[in-house]
Amino acid sequence: MSKRLLFEKTGNGIWISHLDLMRLFQRAFKRGGLHLKHTQGFSPRAVVSIALPLSVGVESVCEILDFELVGQDDLGFDEIKTRLNATMPAGIRVLEVYDSDVKIKHLTHLACTVTLEYDNGIPEGAEEAVRALFARESIVLMKRGKNGPVEQDIIPMIRSVEVSALNAQELLLDCVICAQNPSLNPAQIVAAIEANCPDHKPDFARIRRTRVLTEKGEDFR
Amino acid sequence: MTDKLQRILPTVQKPARYTGGEYNEIQKDPASVRVNVAFCFPDTYEIGMSNVGMRILYGVMNEMEGVWCQRVFAPWGDMEDAMRANGIPLWALESGCPVKEFDMIAFTVGYEMCYTNILNMLTLAGVPLHASERKGLENMVFAGGVCTFNPEPLAPFVDFFSLGEGEESTVEIVSLYDRAKQEGWTKERFLEEVSRIPGVYVPSFYEHIYNEDGTLKEIIAKEGAPGKLTKRIVEHLDDAYFPTKMIVPSTEIVHDRANLELFRGCIRGCRFCQAGFSCRPVRKKSPEVLYRQAVECLENFGASEITLSSLSTSDYRGLKELTDELIPYCEQSKVSLSVPSLRADNFSRELMEKLQTGKKSGLTFAPEAGTQRLRDVINKNLTEEEILETCRNAFSGGWSNVKLYFMLGLPTETDEDVLGIADLVYKIILAWKEHGTAKKRGLRIHVATAFFVPKPHTPFQWEKQITVEEYLRRCRLLKDHFYSKSIDYNYHTPDISRLEAVMARGDRRIAPVLEEAACLGAKLDGWDEYFNNDIWMEAFRRCGVDMEFYTTRGYGEEELLAWDPIDVGVTKKFLLRERRQAYEAKITPDCRSGCAGCGANCLLKERECDE
Ligand code: SF4
Repeated sequence: MSKRLLFEKTGNGIWISHLDLMRLFQRAFKRGGLHLKHTQGFSPRAVVSIALPLSVGVESVCEILDFELVGQDDLGFDEIKTRLNATMPAGIRVLEVYDSDVKIKHLTHLACTVTLEYDNGIPEGAEEAVRALFARESIVLMKRGKNGPVEQDIIPMIRSVEVSALNAQELLLDCVICAQNPSLNPAQIVAAIEANCPDHKPDFARIRRTRVLTEKGEDFR
Repeated sequence: MTDKLQRILPTVQKPARYTGGEYNEIQKDPASVRVNVAFCFPDTYEIGMSNVGMRILYGVMNEMEGVWCQRVFAPWGDMEDAMRANGIPLWALESGCPVKEFDMIAFTVGYEMCYTNILNMLTLAGVPLHASERKGLENMVFAGGVCTFNPEPLAPFVDFFSLGEGEESTVEIVSLYDRAKQEGWTKERFLEEVSRIPGVYVPSFYEHIYNEDGTLKEIIAKEGAPGKLTKRIVEHLDDAYFPTKMIVPSTEIVHDRANLELFRGCIRGCRFCQAGFSCRPVRKKSPEVLYRQAVECLENFGASEITLSSLSTSDYRGLKELTDELIPYCEQSKVSLSVPSLRADNFSRELMEKLQTGKKSGLTFAPEAGTQRLRDVINKNLTEEEILETCRNAFSGGWSNVKLYFMLGLPTETDEDVLGIADLVYKIILAWKEHGTAKKRGLRIHVATAFFVPKPHTPFQWEKQITVEEYLRRCRLLKDHFYSKSIDYNYHTPDISRLEAVMARGDRRIAPVLEEAACLGAKLDGWDEYFNNDIWMEAFRRCGVDMEFYTTRGYGEEELLAWDPIDVGVTKKFLLRERRQAYEAKITPDCRSGCAGCGANCLLKERECDE
């Protein structure tokens, strides 16, 4: 059975790209004396696989990484976690290590929050307008395709959006969206607001993945 | 609410290089820190983090109690624009504090084309450019690195230079500053005291006077200031500080691997090479120490690659001992070992074979000149037969890729020498036809020519640089004589090399040009994306400085040179003798065949050179 770990990417760790993150983990395993399985061939590479690459700048407390160790079956989950966390850079932290044979394809949905920041206070009617936007039958956005921009309706990929004011300057969107096939980049939620509610365009938006979910809406493990 | 910087980061390329927080980064409690040093590398994060010297001194300073050394790099253009637009001053990665709040601001200067970055970084930090405008102890700017063996173009901007290897002198300098700060010295008092530390050069203590014809007439030292400034060296490298707990970048850098320095100095004496002369005397680390440091480094870094570096790796006396130990260790722990700058001798060939685990990367040679005569002139001890023999062996072993590096514009070079390059390449193609086994893949020969830049503290320090037009003519001549499709020929753009020549042998009159160029927007000149020759031409014009004076003129042997007061160990007498030898196309054998008497051994107190 392959091993899985749940980790978070927060603070300044959010600026590390997906490729860099893979190398970072490969090195952290090596530093911790944990022998990852390697690919065959001329230049063997340690194998780690991170489900659902996270965009640079997005925070997450629910990242999944699969790995296999060679000949270290007696190591406990906590030991692996401790050794990894001992040499992590700021913002990357392993939360849990466990065995899993649940295939990644069952990770179908993501819960995430989008925080809209309004420096001069939330504008009148913004909360209602955003709520109304996501209650529409369809929201068509332009998306970059292989042969130039294509239209895409994002509504089918949104399971729910709950809007609430976090404080006088921040609107919080609690969303559940499709994670794979097709997947929705939460940045598209912000893009939808910018395109359809230009008067309520935020000064900045923060995105955070909070939970990975199965089709039934249960926690994916 | 998200702060300004965090809002900018999503809009710039490679944001991870601006945030710090890497594994092994040094954090300290600000309350326990008496001296804050902003250690600036005048280029991007990717380049700076690959620099071993910077890593060593970062460790050296942070080992000191009460001292916190933090890193600062030059921002890429997109970040710089955002910083300017949002009024964010340059900051240090560890604490995020503005550089302007630091006690000391250190620069490490490794190549001439980063000079404008130094000025730009000071400007971005909001620190006054001129040393004379910084009145107090705070923001004390000092600099070291190979380029500071002729520091004059930077003289007005830097409070003092630290010449030579910094492992020991940096501790002395920072400790003195610590005392000065506690005792509330003036800047003048500090500069006076720091100038007494061997290897420290305070430019404001010297006045440069020029002749009518523009040459230097006299360098007047202020009372008490040393007339000769001797660079520092570390005598026993085995005992010198070496950081095995190094910062592991979270994002990709240029040399993303562990790096071990085998020895310092070079026994070869190629006459154009500044490092070869100015890093003498020759001192090595023992194989035992290196093996221990390699293992510690690798375990701590988690890297999958380690490089053994030095000016000429094959000349390391303990190479066999070290690699005999290191190769099995690396195999076992799945680390690839790379050994660059190997010569074409037998042991090196065996070693290359051992290191080649399946992958057949290219063969690289740097003959630098196309004919034996010119190779003798520059004292490049590499014969055509050695090159061809290595190629023949490699071709029969399945290699099919050769890289060759040359220089154009070397002293005494004629068209015959230029065409000698084409001739050599032709012979390599013949060798391939006879011995090549991987015929299907086809042969690829990459030829690159650089524009010769005369450097201070070399036997060629007086030489003329040829004109840009003449350089381009020689490039074309060569190109017209490459007939085979297997050849890829690239030549360096001459504008950068010409500027490099001006900076390398420049005096204080170059400083205003630098300032003007930086003001006009020159920065990141080492990058094609940013280098803009027009800006430079305009800056020279505005300042009324003639580039030719520093390039095509050539310097007289009797002339007082701006860098004459700086003693790197090798004597001027030796350099002159080498120049004579060069003109007679006579080689000087390497140090192992007999000490050539360069003078650098005088820097050693307790041991012999190359012992
Ligand atoms: S002192 Fe002699 S052996 Fe040492 S670097 Fe100079 S020439 Fe070579």
